[in-house]
Amino acid sequence: MWDFILLVLRAAIPAGTPLLFGTLGEVTAERSGVLNLGVEGMMIVGAVTAFGVTQSTGNIWLGVAAAALVGGILALVHAFASITLRVNQVVSGLALTMLGLGLSGLVGKRYIGMPPRTRFAPLAVPGLSDLPIIGPLFFRYDPLVYLAIALVPVLWFILYKTRWGITLRSVGESPATADALGVNVFRVRYLAVFFGGLMAGVGGAYLSVVYTTAWIEGMTAGAGWIVIALTIFAMWDPVRALLGAYLFGGVRVLQYRLQPLGISPNLLNMLPFIFTILVLLVSAGEAMRKRIGAPEALMQPYMREER
Amino acid sequence: MKGWLSLRLEKRLAVPRWLEYLTLALSLLLALAVIAVLFRALGVNPIVAYQRIFRGAFGSLYGLSETIVKAIPLMLVGVGLTIAFRARVYNIGAEGQLLVGAICATGLALACPNWPAWLLLPGMFVVGFVGGALWAMIPALLKARFRVDEVLSSLMMVYIASELVNYLVYGPWKGAKEMGFPYTDKFSPSAQLPRLLPTRIHYPTLILAVVSAVLAYLLIQRTKWGFEIRVTGENPEAARYAGMNYFTTVLLVMLLSGGLAGLAGVGEVAGIHYRLRYPQGVSPGYGFTAIIVAWLARLNPLAVILTALLLGGLLVGGDAIQVALGLPVATMYIFNGVILLFVLGGEVFTRYQIRLEWRRKT
Repeated sequence: MWDFILLVLRAAIPAGTPLLFGTLGEVTAERSGVLNLGVEGMMIVGAVTAFGVTQSTGNIWLGVAAAALVGGILALVHAFASITLRVNQVVSGLALTMLGLGLSGLVGKRYIGMPPRTRFAPLAVPGLSDLPIIGPLFFRYDPLVYLAIALVPVLWFILYKTRWGITLRSVGESPATADALGVNVFRVRYLAVFFGGLMAGVGGAYLSVVYTTAWIEGMTAGAGWIVIALTIFAMWDPVRALLGAYLFGGVRVLQYRLQPLGISPNLLNMLPFIFTILVLLVSAGEAMRKRIGAPEALMQPYMREER
Repeated sequence: MKGWLSLRLEKRLAVPRWLEYLTLALSLLLALAVIAVLFRALGVNPIVAYQRIFRGAFGSLYGLSETIVKAIPLMLVGVGLTIAFRARVYNIGAEGQLLVGAICATGLALACPNWPAWLLLPGMFVVGFVGGALWAMIPALLKARFRVDEVLSSLMMVYIASELVNYLVYGPWKGAKEMGFPYTDKFSPSAQLPRLLPTRIHYPTLILAVVSAVLAYLLIQRTKWGFEIRVTGENPEAARYAGMNYFTTVLLVMLLSGGLAGLAGVGEVAGIHYRLRYPQGVSPGYGFTAIIVAWLARLNPLAVILTALLLGGLLVGGDAIQVALGLPVATMYIFNGVILLFVLGGEVFTRYQIRLEWRRKT
């Protein structure tokens, strides 16, 4: 039993890593007041880009960087629509997801069934990785797992302890006030949404070049939507995003580990989605109790008063 | 000369009708141009692709009839979504509600194959409507009671419904005579909708779709409920202030849009396939494409009849280029995404006056 728990915990971290990247990005975007429902689309385009670039260059890092860039560019489409043109953010994000699913399908056709050219070697932290139990549990992952973990305190620090963070949050809470204080609301929002796209791209890349090491059409399979839910669950806080992402990673792992018990795989596939709804319900209750919630100006386009 | 080009938006006081149509047409054209550029960049000849799409969808009687076949579910779902979106309730889970409608109808068809058609077919539509409506009730209750975001919860219900269909067709409902395909057995003749032969147009569902569009129009424009739906969508604060019940409105619009999506699911299994199949076999994303149908129609249920035919044609044309050019099914989502983005962007031109100004650096 202990072995089983350890196995699930160990597998939960890589499984949750793409979600963590995506959630950190969406937390940032939403903190600036822009809801981007295009995460699923940006992730899947990131996945196919990373796979393609890695295949042609033989360098995973280039693949990941390209995925980030493409994710960011897609995010700018949403940024232009929702920040400059002030269109409905829900529908614009949905459109971005559809566009991403379509583009990835078209581009990815040639990569279906292609064996990966290269993989990440696990990065064993010297000394620590040989410790019993803790060693394999915490110190023997691929580099991107550590990158995601490292981003959590960095983002937390920026968000709560620096001028940038205050600026970002003020734009999401009260853009008019921020504007009056000389903040360029539009620029901050563009940057935050762009960063969200970068992260979603990396999350997608993780799926195709690290986690699965293959391109499968529609391989994000709802991960982008879970990211949106995790952002709410995380209460727009990077540290809680980490917890949430690994929790969902655990659910994903359980889904596979429970299959040998004879439960229908189709019913097990429902698990993450049922769990998401439960998590949303709990978060909604918590938000009501503690009176915290989404950034005040979330989904509200900013329009500068004419002077 | 230093400075920058600045884009300024000013709210229009009145929107002329012609301008709305003009921008809609221009948005569509621009979207098609952008898609052509994307296709070009990805190695697909856009001229050939567009020719095939047009010829596939509208170039023959068969193509036209298939366009109508695909417009039927889009119309039913699209009409429902106009109602929900008018109240600014974002029911994104119509695809799931459609599938549950199909499941319920299949359940009845398999359980009571010997009922006469005049009883069985209406019965299937009733259980399909109820199934879809109940499936939509879950996100509706979560939103109205606990303020859970309906976009996410309704979407999660799509994945759950899809797995439920898989579970049924691979498991308990797997047909004995289906040679291992993930299908149920074929429905008895009394559970099969009549068609306008030789086409696949199952006209009872088509009539249902057109009637529901008219009824939805009347509901929104002429009734007290419709008024409350519109006010809730345009100004929720005012709605609350005027004593309108938010809870009831959310439940009502979700019930109607879920039920209509359920009817679309019944039409697919009883009119096209005569059996329940794996989820993508029942619906190639009608529930999602209908979002565009509703938005293109500017949330007017009557206009949905036209936009459903347009998007139906695009789906048929998409099938044509998949076969002819060997493109993957997902390609059609590029159309969906780009068209939706441009239609959204186009609205800006009707709502605002756009000024480009050269600003000098001060």
